[in-house]
Amino acid sequence: MTLDEILKGLFPSGHNVKTSAAGIIIGTGKRKQGKTVAVIGVANGVALGTAGVLPLAQEVLRVVANGGDIPILVLVDTQGQLMARREEMRGLNEYLAHLAKCLLLASQQGHRTIGLEYGKAAAGASLATALATDFLVGLPGAEPAVMDLPSISRVTTLPLDKLKELAKTTPVFAPGLNHLAQMGAVAEIWEPQKPLDEQLEEALKKASPVDSRDEWGAARKGRPMAAKVAKRVIAEATGRGGGDVASA
Amino acid sequence: MEDAAIYAQASWFQATARQRAAGLLDPNSFTEFLGPAERVQSPHLHLFDVPSAFDDGVVIGRGTLDGKDVFIAAQEGQFMGGTFAEVSGAKMVGLVRAARDHKELPQTVLLLLDSGGVRLQEANAGELVVAELMRAIVQARSAGVAVIAMVGGKAGAFGGAGLTAATCSRVAVSEEGRIAVTGPEVIETNKGVEEFDSKNKALVWSTDGGKNRRLIGGADAFAEDSMAGFRAAAMALLAKVPAFNLKTMQAEQERLAARQEKFGACDDAVSMWRVLGIKDPEAIRDMDSKDFAQLASSIKEANHDAR
Amino acid sequence: MLTLKFSHAAKRRLAGEQATAIIGVVASGNLEVLLERVLPGANCEIEIATPITGYDATWKAVIDEFVERFSPGGLRISINDGGARPDTVFLRLMQGCALMEKV
Repeated sequence: MTLDEILKGLFPSGHNVKTSAAGIIIGTGKRKQGKTVAVIGVANGVALGTAGVLPLAQEVLRVVANGGDIPILVLVDTQGQLMARREEMRGLNEYLAHLAKCLLLASQQGHRTIGLEYGKAAAGASLATALATDFLVGLPGAEPAVMDLPSISRVTTLPLDKLKELAKTTPVFAPGLNHLAQMGAVAEIWEPQKPLDEQLEEALKKASPVDSRDEWGAARKGRPMAAKVAKRVIAEATGRGGGDVASA
Repeated sequence: MEDAAIYAQASWFQATARQRAAGLLDPNSFTEFLGPAERVQSPHLHLFDVPSAFDDGVVIGRGTLDGKDVFIAAQEGQFMGGTFAEVSGAKMVGLVRAARDHKELPQTVLLLLDSGGVRLQEANAGELVVAELMRAIVQARSAGVAVIAMVGGKAGAFGGAGLTAATCSRVAVSEEGRIAVTGPEVIETNKGVEEFDSKNKALVWSTDGGKNRRLIGGADAFAEDSMAGFRAAAMALLAKVPAFNLKTMQAEQERLAARQEKFGACDDAVSMWRVLGIKDPEAIRDMDSKDFAQLASSIKEANHDAR
Repeated sequence: MLTLKFSHAAKRRLAGEQATAIIGVVASGNLEVLLERVLPGANCEIEIATPITGYDATWKAVIDEFVERFSPGGLRISINDGGARPDTVFLRLMQGCALMEKV
């Protein structure tokens, strides 16, 4: 689905969402009963850098400052963070974290945040957008990836065909929407033939600031240990003192 | 430790995670959670014929810092580059959630970051756990927990670790520490050597290194490369920690927009430092820690509560 | 990954009061050694996980010499090897014993 089709499907009552030449999405969509959704995002597979972050974060802060409980939809089609010396020099890590923090602030202030991956989504840009939302969904055809297999092969020195074989039996490293769903990162995969606005309304009911992704990952057998380990740490922190290990 | 004075000067950069935890905290105050004897290891590494570590490369626990109760998490940069993975990340997430949800527990978390980012063999789990950690940190900060990032190890704080650092209440960095998103080698591979010559050490340190981060406001304290140095930095930072709320984020929006404006025409770090009003930016590189820390404390952009 | 196991009857129990010790890091040319004072009498068990095959005889030789010289009775020793040379292995085992001998 194209971005236009997605927006039409999400907001049959209308929207004013615009995409800038630089691929920055900002606008408002109409829900039923006169309600609205704030919409931000990254389009056309562009890379997200310091310049792109600022208007997106500003929009989120505008929504929060206005009060109320307008939800925020984050549309994601990005190739990842902008890779440039001058970006790093100016502290790109702070900019990407800032956008994530603004979305997390919004969630905490009563604005449900929904992420929708419809194209690419990678690494640092994902952390700033999709992965900072309360409830992340994907449309079939979305290609989220931390890193492509050939690059993983190069860095880990594992042969590419061995990686491809392994990717068939474990969702833990290879790109793919189904893998991310199994890991608990993606809450659900939407059906493009069904009305998107209805799926959005359902998602808004399910979204919560409580992070259940590790529980989903355990239930879906994508992450057998994460939820258990976090719980065990809390148990040990609240329970006993323990630990008399000599070390040097 | 018999010779506390000598140990206090031990290099942070050279130390292991466990040595840093012990060296940073008050003597004999550290208690480890899910220690190596519990063998809470990666369930995935064996698939790749890669050895695992008994603690999956993260040391967590609690102790005291100058008498104050704290939680501490230290990444082992020498094991798989200190990378975020299913278990290593979950240990950190659990610790922050414990502070967030239990007021009777330490309300300070020290995150000794030493990480190249996400462990590729567990890429999806690693990426996701960074997101869970960032959410937990923000929620903990909102509940009044101080989360302090400390960066000065061999792996630096790249990728997810760079974003995690910028999510914390405060950041301490040493000259050896590097904080960034994409590493120099990866930028060079993807964009060419003209974009980033990763073998040019001076370029790497002026771009990603501790001194640059401190001067432009990406770090709030500059530490000497020693246990005593980081201890002093942590204690100084804990004296005043910004709250996490709309005001703070609005202030950060202004700060980051101003930085964009200010350095828009700069092609390298030295020109940025000149814009900051530093008379002799070329001398920054060889300046000793004490003089540098003093200079940094006089730069407006370097000292803020907008994080 | 390869797992090697060795069982020994050392001459005597290792002195000291530490129950557990950890030394080293899993990295190229290095290894991690976990020592636990959990076995009865002067029994000693060593388990090694290593990604490098073909060095069984070398491991046996290093372990044999270590047990002979340091008598780590009562200890279960677990190793995660990152591809360390025999002298580094020996060093870590010695360092581990020194930690366990603390009072």
